Amino acid sequence: MTRALIVDWTACEGRGLCAGLLPEVLTQDKWGYPQNLTPGPILVPDELRGPARQAVRMCPRLALRLESE
Amino acid sequence: MTMTAMTPAPGLKMPPEGARLFAAPDPSQATHLATYGVIPDVTPAQLLEQVRMSGLTGRGGAGFPTARKLEAVTGRAVVVANGAEGEPASRKDAELLRRAPHLVIDGIEVAARITGAQEAYAYVRAEVVPNLRQALAERRPTVKITVVAATDAFVSGQETAVVSRLNEGPALPRFSRHRIFQRGIGDRPTLVQNVETLAHLGLIARYGGVWFASTGTPDSTGTFLTTVHPVTEPLTTAPTVWEAAHGLSLRQILTPAAGRPVQELQAVLIGGYHGTWVPLPVALDAPLSTAGLEQYGAGLGAGVLIPLASTACGLELTASIVAYLARQSAQQCGPCQFGLPELAQNFTALAAGRVGRGGVDAVRQSAGLVENRGACKHPDGTTRLVRSALRVFEKDVTLHEYGRCLARIGEPYGGAR
Amino acid sequence: MSTDALWYLARGSGVVSLILFTVVVALGIGTRSGRPFAGMNRLVVASVHRSAALLALVFLVIHVVTLLFDPYAQLNLVDVLLPFGSGYRPFWVGLGTLALDLALAVTITSLLRDRIGLRAWKAVHWLAYAMWPIALVHGIGSGTDRSTLWLLAIDAVCVVSVIAVAVSSHPALKATSAPAAPKTLAWRE
Repeated sequence: MTRALIVDWTACEGRGLCAGLLPEVLTQDKWGYPQNLTPGPILVPDELRGPARQAVRMCPRLALRLESE
Repeated sequence: MTMTAMTPAPGLKMPPEGARLFAAPDPSQATHLATYGVIPDVTPAQLLEQVRMSGLTGRGGAGFPTARKLEAVTGRAVVVANGAEGEPASRKDAELLRRAPHLVIDGIEVAARITGAQEAYAYVRAEVVPNLRQALAERRPTVKITVVAATDAFVSGQETAVVSRLNEGPALPRFSRHRIFQRGIGDRPTLVQNVETLAHLGLIARYGGVWFASTGTPDSTGTFLTTVHPVTEPLTTAPTVWEAAHGLSLRQILTPAAGRPVQELQAVLIGGYHGTWVPLPVALDAPLSTAGLEQYGAGLGAGVLIPLASTACGLELTASIVAYLARQSAQQCGPCQFGLPELAQNFTALAAGRVGRGGVDAVRQSAGLVENRGACKHPDGTTRLVRSALRVFEKDVTLHEYGRCLARIGEPYGGAR
Repeated sequence: MSTDALWYLARGSGVVSLILFTVVVALGIGTRSGRPFAGMNRLVVASVHRSAALLALVFLVIHVVTLLFDPYAQLNLVDVLLPFGSGYRPFWVGLGTLALDLALAVTITSLLRDRIGLRAWKAVHWLAYAMWPIALVHGIGSGTDRSTLWLLAIDAVCVVSVIAVAVSSHPALKATSAPAAPKTLAWRE
């Protein structure tokens, strides 16, 4: 089961930690903000749940949330 | 639960065929009651059932089924009548509050009864605050209604912005892990409804859901308010607000309102600045309803119609709207803050014929950078407008890439600059 | 274990803890600017900041626990958490207790950051800037090694590195050092 990674864009400052932790899913756009590699919502497959949780925990702005967690 | 049609109480006066919201000749309470009668005393469950049968959808732009929203809000709820109308091309909410404020108040009371709310807010444009205050002074509302003047900004009408403002915060969209219907004003379940939606609710409470759906189309029931702009000086001349039944064709509405024969129109922007361009004359007979506009990728939104003459340049008009929308970014979300100005810049360059081939790709790319990446629908609404312009004015886009313009094709060098 | 060994362990773990906290503070300051720090990317900086902090805390616990059994220090459980009550150099040891309290507050709020929210976390996290110099002064004033050259040298290196990082990552220097932060890149191309 995949879960959506939700970004609070009002809090995000494009520090880029999440993109570093989830290179399979995210990159940084030219301003540094996390950008989905595929269009649509940011989906995290099961096997990346760990790094995704870490990204949520380590975000300097607490701008991330894994859906239904 | 079985669906039961509500028979209007005996002696209840139905508004005449045609105008419903605008049936009363003046805004006073006496005229209001003489026109519509009083709301019969029925249970909240019965009211909700009628709303369900009516098929009423939100008239603020999103078109969400009103019954589902009403069901979602329970407990110590708060009702908010949203008349912020941040969309500068729309006038219908202000016009409604001028002409039928009592219908809106009726709707607030009905929504409060259904949800059990003890408290309500009316968040409306500053110019119509006196109208609403006067109407409130003429009656004794069954629920405490606080009138608040809306901040004059495009994004101020977004639901989260309304709630933030009424929570004494800035009138800016907010990100929350909770939905507003769960936690809104004072962390209480909050129902935010557009004032027109509430006015319809006031009528459904009187005449029932079957009556409401007796006009319109099966998927878009009832009437709607539309702000139609005259074609001559788009966006500068005062528009007209009409009440129309869903299913009416673009031709029927634009013929009297556009101020120019419909054959001389090349497109119409439906829904406002966050809306969709629809090509004319092909769509002239498209019914104004969800199904009728679907094939053009459009929706009625808040009911704004901006027709474009064949002698005007759709790309230039779109460019000026996109530039405006970029300035209206609340500067809270990075992609919107940086992406919309870039999109506006690229679109303006394309519209001005300054880019050469590939100019349209730059527009598409910058549109892709803002989509789905904000706390509110401002970026998405803007790209919807942009993408529809690229689609509807496709030929003109190609011409512009070569520095020419369809609207000036008669000029020397095809209007090249 | 002999008393001497305990004493050495207490001193050593205290010094190691201070050095680690210095690294933590330096990285914390360095990462505030939002730019890559010292060639490491933010992820590395954040991870090292976090791990070093937890490691420093481990050494701090060793430092305190060994002192509980130390006949000279005569520390009891109350003195560990309530400052300025110890029998041995109450003021200087009290500073250590104070630093421990602050370190615990900063660590606990960091572990619960997503629960308590950014604002509360940040407010408490600022205490780290008080905790570190207090710990440093505690080390100078209360230990057996207080006038030894090697400890003063270590302290000096700690102070200099933190000041250096603070100065080099000060926002005023943003324009001249390193590429600008994403937010100032704007949309002009």
